[in-house]
Amino acid sequence: MFPTPIEKTHPTNQMLYKIALPVALLIWLVPLLGVVMTAVRGSADITSGNLWGVPSEWQAIQNLTDVFTNTPMFMFIMNSFKITIPTVIGAVALSCMTGFALAIYRFKGNLLIFFLFVAGNFIPFQILMIPVRDLTFQIGLYDTVTGLAMFHIAFQTGFCTLFMRNFIRALPYELVEAARIDGASEFKIFWAVVLPLIRPAIAALCVLIFTFIWNDYFWATVLIQGQHAMPVTAGLKSLNGQWISAYHLISAGSIMAALPPVIIFFLMQKHFIAGLTFGASKG
Amino acid sequence: MTIAQDAQTNVTLRQSGWWKRNQRKLMPWLFLMPGILLFAVYVLWPIMSSISISLYQWDGLSPATYVGLENYIELMDDEEFYTALWNNVRWLVCFMAAVPIGLALALFLNQVVFGIRVIKSLFFFPFVISQVVIGLVFTWFYEPNYGIIAPLLNLVGLEGWAILADEDYATYGIIFAGLYPQIAYCMILYLTGLNNVSADQIEAGRMDGATGFSLFWNIILPQLRPATFIAVVVTIIGSLRSFDMIAIMTQGGPWGSTNVLAYFMFEQALSEYGYRMGYGSAIATILFSIMMIYILFFIYRMYRDEKRGL
Repeated sequence: MFPTPIEKTHPTNQMLYKIALPVALLIWLVPLLGVVMTAVRGSADITSGNLWGVPSEWQAIQNLTDVFTNTPMFMFIMNSFKITIPTVIGAVALSCMTGFALAIYRFKGNLLIFFLFVAGNFIPFQILMIPVRDLTFQIGLYDTVTGLAMFHIAFQTGFCTLFMRNFIRALPYELVEAARIDGASEFKIFWAVVLPLIRPAIAALCVLIFTFIWNDYFWATVLIQGQHAMPVTAGLKSLNGQWISAYHLISAGSIMAALPPVIIFFLMQKHFIAGLTFGASKG
Repeated sequence: MTIAQDAQTNVTLRQSGWWKRNQRKLMPWLFLMPGILLFAVYVLWPIMSSISISLYQWDGLSPATYVGLENYIELMDDEEFYTALWNNVRWLVCFMAAVPIGLALALFLNQVVFGIRVIKSLFFFPFVISQVVIGLVFTWFYEPNYGIIAPLLNLVGLEGWAILADEDYATYGIIFAGLYPQIAYCMILYLTGLNNVSADQIEAGRMDGATGFSLFWNIILPQLRPATFIAVVVTIIGSLRSFDMIAIMTQGGPWGSTNVLAYFMFEQALSEYGYRMGYGSAIATILFSIMMIYILFFIYRMYRDEKRGL
């Protein structure tokens, strides 16, 4: 293990480390702690500049009620779910199939198709912006949750395919061969042999895509105009214009916007990190 | 194989017919079809389309007029374009700091002490939060009167310094905010990499008398190469894609001083500055070409590994 395990070092070092750890954590989380501390304050504290002291009034509940009753925050959150969940299902389902095809079969153009998916995944969004907006207009889905989800499914299929294909590639190929010798159809191999084995990959992708799409801001501004279809990121930005200097409300709203991916992250941390760092440990 | 079994195989072959015989050739295409179709319509075709729109003058409504390379020629004389390009360079260079800082954090946290798993995930946690939220939080931090850093500014005698309104420093203010989640990302990549560092090699290194920095430099760092590679790639791509933070924190201002190509393009094509689709596409095409350098490098590396692996 590197660096030297702390328990093997001088006791002074151990002491220092145990002090440094929470201090570093505290400093690191200052931006987020600031939001939490502000979300529980009243507006009086904000104007008087009492940002880090004990709140003069505890208004956590009232701020949240304020956000939910006076703004369309609840609708924004619902819209985010309506965009994110179909995207997760769509992109993961499509990429199970594309990943399977690219990992199991050898055919002409296999690598070319794979690299197209990989490359598409890294391009700047701006090169897609005008044609995608136009296309969405033409099929009558501009300013709708469906239109935004459709684009997300298509785009995320690139990343998911990269991930799935490499994951399936790493499975023992003998399993497929054995199933073929047993007379299993190709579809059965997909359904009964490969699919059960890629459950961890499916879980990892679901968590990752959920977070990516929930946090998307760019496409929400390009493909959505009205509040009725706005996801929470764009909604928060539009509310920010109304709440000039109402930092306690901005903070309460931000917490609500950040909560779903944060909960999913803490519940499915192992899958999330396994997905994100896939490839970071092998050559 | 007995004769009975043989006969049975023959029967199955005859029954199954054309599909059974060809399924291994057709299967991959059936499985690829929906994914490729959607990807082609929403990603591949729009790239071509954008490049072609960049040769037109078009407001998005009335018919487009072909103007050849005029949009690009105009860009060459556009001061805002150079500001945006220069800011992209600043982003790229400063953003790279996320890699060594992430590594340092990972080394610091790579210990087994009570509660370390929770601590690691708390360090990682900024990455999970939307950039919109991070942008809003930092905007408020930088607020000269009510912001979190106001007391700090007073302490060093810079009362009332509004970083985001300062032409020379606003970009650094945004990059600093952008680094926050990016460092977390690099850190988690390195933590995973450190998990897989071979214990034998460390022992061997220690036997040879390598300690501290030389052990790190000669034995650990080479083993972290896959993690470093991914960290560098995602950081470069992230820096060139920077849009959200700028849209939230400054909208490219003050006076265009925090613009980057991604935001500049959006502004030209889709905002009150006018619907200049052709001009916007020209900017997007330039950004795309810059990113293609990195993408092709990444693909080349993958291709090399594939060939080696086969």
